[in-house]
Amino acid sequence: MIGRVGKALKYGDNINTDIISPPAYMELPIEEAAKYAMYPIDPDFAKRCNPGDIFVTENNCGSGSSRETAPLALRQLGIRTILAKSYARIFYRNCINLGILAIECKDTHEISADDKLQVDYEKGIIQNLTTGKSYVCDKIPPHIIELVSSGGLISYLKKKL
Amino acid sequence: MGMTMTEKILARASGKDYAKAGDILWIKVDQAMMDDILGPRVQISEQMELLGAKVWDSSKVTIISDHYTPPANARQAEIVKFTREWAMKNGIENYHEFEGPCHQVMVEKGRVAPGDVVVGTDSHTCMYGALGAFSTGIGSTEMVGVLATGEIWLKVPQTIRFQFEGKLSKGVMAKDVILRSIGIIGHHGATYKAIEFTGSTFDSMLMDERLCVTNMAVEAGAKNGIIAYDQITKQYLDSIGVKGGHIFTSDVDAEYCESYNLRAEEIEPLCACPHEVDNVTEIKNVQGRQIHQAYIGSCTGGRYNDLKLAAKLLKGHKVAKGVRLLVSPASREIWDRCAKEGILSDLSEAGAVVLASSCGACLGIHSGAIGAGEVCISSTNRNFIGRMGSKQGEVYLASPLSVAASAITGELTDPRQFL
Ligand code: SF4
Repeated sequence: MIGRVGKALKYGDNINTDIISPPAYMELPIEEAAKYAMYPIDPDFAKRCNPGDIFVTENNCGSGSSRETAPLALRQLGIRTILAKSYARIFYRNCINLGILAIECKDTHEISADDKLQVDYEKGIIQNLTTGKSYVCDKIPPHIIELVSSGGLISYLKKKL
Repeated sequence: MGMTMTEKILARASGKDYAKAGDILWIKVDQAMMDDILGPRVQISEQMELLGAKVWDSSKVTIISDHYTPPANARQAEIVKFTREWAMKNGIENYHEFEGPCHQVMVEKGRVAPGDVVVGTDSHTCMYGALGAFSTGIGSTEMVGVLATGEIWLKVPQTIRFQFEGKLSKGVMAKDVILRSIGIIGHHGATYKAIEFTGSTFDSMLMDERLCVTNMAVEAGAKNGIIAYDQITKQYLDSIGVKGGHIFTSDVDAEYCESYNLRAEEIEPLCACPHEVDNVTEIKNVQGRQIHQAYIGSCTGGRYNDLKLAAKLLKGHKVAKGVRLLVSPASREIWDRCAKEGILSDLSEAGAVVLASSCGACLGIHSGAIGAGEVCISSTNRNFIGRMGSKQGEVYLASPLSVAASAITGELTDPRQFL
């Protein structure tokens, strides 16, 4: 397993749910709403996103609301992996439930925008293919990997039920 | 080793006598709450169908359309309609709309009893801890699991204790108490944890005020905020006709991961500056900053006592030229009571515009969004960038008294000069 390879979309501390999913656009269907993800601080975010990109932030990622439209918007834009130094509780659970791998890594400040990353979540190692550095990240427990690779809680439940 | 209140509630809800922070438990949910913005329309309706699942117990589900009422456009109207129809189709009798922000409605309608476990698709669900319950916000997908099974897995949180002793000074409100607490531990100081508020300051604190404190526990990242059941809880629950529940208090030898001891007299009127809730300072330090909008409302700062005190402060004064003071009572019941007691007309006479009981302005989706370069002082709970409208706007969070005082002067103002 070499893990996931993708380009870093990089932000700092406290990327809260109002930034990821601005309230003004929540009334739109998710395909439309996703175009405004990160709009308050980066209006071009959606345009720059490519499937497989890795969303990288620093402390307290996803703080604020319980709105699942935040991880849903990221998923809509093709993001399946998030790295952050720490997460807000509800956002973390929402990501996992939607099949997005949210991984804790204390060194995300060393990652820059557009760095190419290879995330081996089973071993807990991230290779920065652009700078040649490597970082340690939390190993993901097997039951979470199973959940995420089923595509999230619902698909997982369907398989189990 | 003794247990905290939170540990006791979760132990009981999982059919155990004992639970300890770190345990992962399957919890039976007493009440599940959904709103319009994050309720059935986001994942829930679709996924329930996909799973072929039915609501496990419709008497334990409450749905409240509050964010998009009154709808500002056809899209919002469609969401309310969808929510209403979904409630009906699924036999949810506890459906409310146009009654005010969900959390206030939940409490007033008696949907929460002490010792209950309540989950809701809104982060400020943690407010019900003021009634001695465990309550927390969850995502929509997780709500599907709850609706289908009546259960959820939760990790029992460690508890941070905030002990406030003494009496709050004149002009200082519960909002200042919670802003002080968040200022100390920071906006992720309580992530994954419970916050228990205790001490003599709370002994004389009205339920209206206690609810403001627990409402904002999530602004420090907390899973839940909680205050022990006492005479004030009892009186409040009696007044709304809530019976039953289970009373839990923390043992003297319960384990806390952190404890803070504060003196109430030392707290001054505070505000959280843009764009983070832990960016807290005494309002006198930013006094003089010009404002364009002042907002008293929301599940945090739009209760009866808030409006009453604001109206009293405003009496005999006028809102400054160039400033709009918007007031949204946090529920229809509060609206009625304030109307009967002349509070709404006092507010109106001072120049306030009284709005429908709704979430609207709190998250900038209707009835009071701010434009670029505009500054708003607000009794709500979040000042994130773009929260109340333009991302070039600024929101300062403060007590209803501070909002009222600032509306008179047209700039951020310490309310004590009017008291
Ligand atoms: S009033 Fe504001 S904080 Fe309360 S439920 Fe509504 S949007 Fe959320």
